[in-house]
Amino acid sequence: MSDTPVSEMSFEAAMAELEQVVAKLERGDVPLDASIALYERGAELKARCEAKLKEAEEKVAAITLDGNGHPVGTTPVEGL
Amino acid sequence: MSDLLDDPIPGSNTPEFTVAEIAGKVKRLIEAELGWVRVRGEVGRVTLARSGHLYFDLKDDRNVLSCMTWKGQVPGIGVMPEEGMEIVAEGRMTASGFQSRFALNVQHVAVAGEGALMALLEKRKKMLAAEGLFAPERKKPLPYLPGIIGVVTSLQGAVIRDILHRLRDRFPRKVLIWPVAVQGAACAPEVARAIAGFNALTPGGALPRPDLLIVARGGGSIEDLWGFNEEAVARAVAASDIPVISAVGHETDTTLVDFVSDQRAPTPTAAAEMAVPVRAELMAWVKDQDARLTRGMAQALDQRGQRLRDLSRGLNRPETVLEGPRQKLDLMSDRLSNALMRGVQRRRVGFSETAGRLRPHLLRSVASARQVRLDALSARLAPGLGLAVRSKREQLLRTSPRITAQLVEQKRERAEERLNDLSRRFADSASHQVASWADRLAALERLRLSLGYVATLERGFTVVRSGTEVVTSRTQAEQAGALEIEFKDGRHKIGGAPKRKSTAVDKPAQGSLF
Repeated sequence: MSDTPVSEMSFEAAMAELEQVVAKLERGDVPLDASIALYERGAELKARCEAKLKEAEEKVAAITLDGNGHPVGTTPVEGL
Repeated sequence: MSDLLDDPIPGSNTPEFTVAEIAGKVKRLIEAELGWVRVRGEVGRVTLARSGHLYFDLKDDRNVLSCMTWKGQVPGIGVMPEEGMEIVAEGRMTASGFQSRFALNVQHVAVAGEGALMALLEKRKKMLAAEGLFAPERKKPLPYLPGIIGVVTSLQGAVIRDILHRLRDRFPRKVLIWPVAVQGAACAPEVARAIAGFNALTPGGALPRPDLLIVARGGGSIEDLWGFNEEAVARAVAASDIPVISAVGHETDTTLVDFVSDQRAPTPTAAAEMAVPVRAELMAWVKDQDARLTRGMAQALDQRGQRLRDLSRGLNRPETVLEGPRQKLDLMSDRLSNALMRGVQRRRVGFSETAGRLRPHLLRSVASARQVRLDALSARLAPGLGLAVRSKREQLLRTSPRITAQLVEQKRERAEERLNDLSRRFADSASHQVASWADRLAALERLRLSLGYVATLERGFTVVRSGTEVVTSRTQAEQAGALEIEFKDGRHKIGGAPKRKSTAVDKPAQGSLF
């Protein structure tokens, strides 16, 4: 298990660990106490993955540039 | 002297010009006569001056033509000339009186034919490859799920539309577009600046830094795509800390950018597919993992439960564990009382046997034996003493001649004293011995009396005899002709009549007590 709190994990990290946790639990050679800990960890990771999947907001903006080509802000882009 | 002065020869009509006049004339001649021209040649030395003006040479194997492009004209030049490049330069011929020079003011440069262009591209590729910019180990992995995607492309056209559509289908994300010219001379510098500009943003700032860049352009001719073959663009992509997906032209077009980028996409749509995973698939995956997690846990519990049940079946019931000891306890408790009774009986028999052997005459014989021995010893006492005196006297008589009266007297006195002492001690110990024997005898007699039946007579018991026999049972009494009862104060004879069976039944054995 990594040291990063689950709430700060990237989707990819949470996904990779969830896969490991499931595989370990399915192998069935883990002591019962550890199984329960694994299950809880898995549930946490799953919640994290789901939360990351829910963040699926589309927001498109174009960068506005000044006369020298430096970015100064954004304008929303719609209709594309 | 006359030779030294200008003296026009009469009749000569050679016109005379001032320098300014002739310079002006040449300038006018060149510019009017030649005007707008297209010149094909190989690019020689190229200098981009600090002022922003561009100077270069066009040459063949024997001639050199100076070319220049003013700062304001550079953006529209088309292809930046590079040394060794075979180009067609288009512009206006000019002459300058200042240095007696003519030159071509180049306003448009085109590569001289596709072959030359490809040759140029190959040359650049070789150079960048030699620098290691294409090395596979330089390629950065793309983030699995980028939060913000930066797109470097034109806001017009199908490219951005395709990218956004595909992103929307797979996994809607935040997209920042950096608008650039995707063809022409402005293309390369703008694209290079956009890539560097995205890298300069701070993550999470007002203008947040993207996690992934897509550099895209639709299909076109090699000249259209040429901006993406420029060294500046390739170097900007190589320097990017943000992973870059390149999607320039159609699948068959390969530009320099494609070699440097971390991932090459054949089309803009494909770039969007590489950029994000499919959300629905991930949702399904997470659901599946969740189900497996729950199933795994249930199995873990099930297996343990089953094992526990199996083990408890193998375990004896507590009752069966106690059964054996409990039976043994019962058995032993039964045998205990019996054994106790038997032990008491055995000891009682032993006691009876010993008590039976204990007879008064046994004691008496011991006492009398001791008495006999005492008498014998007492009898030998006096003669023994006399004998001893005699022997001592004889010894005295034998030694008396050798001793003086005084010595004898002394010795005698000492001996007398000793004799007296011994006699006294003998008398003491003898009387003491006799007294202790007498005590023991008296004690034994008391014991004898108490153990003997005589004492019981004092307590009211009687002894029934028939002749010399002691009668101890009713049967004996019934068979006896006459009985003699001994009381504490003497014997009393009864009966003499023949036995009567009828009365004997009623009467107890010791009916004589009445």
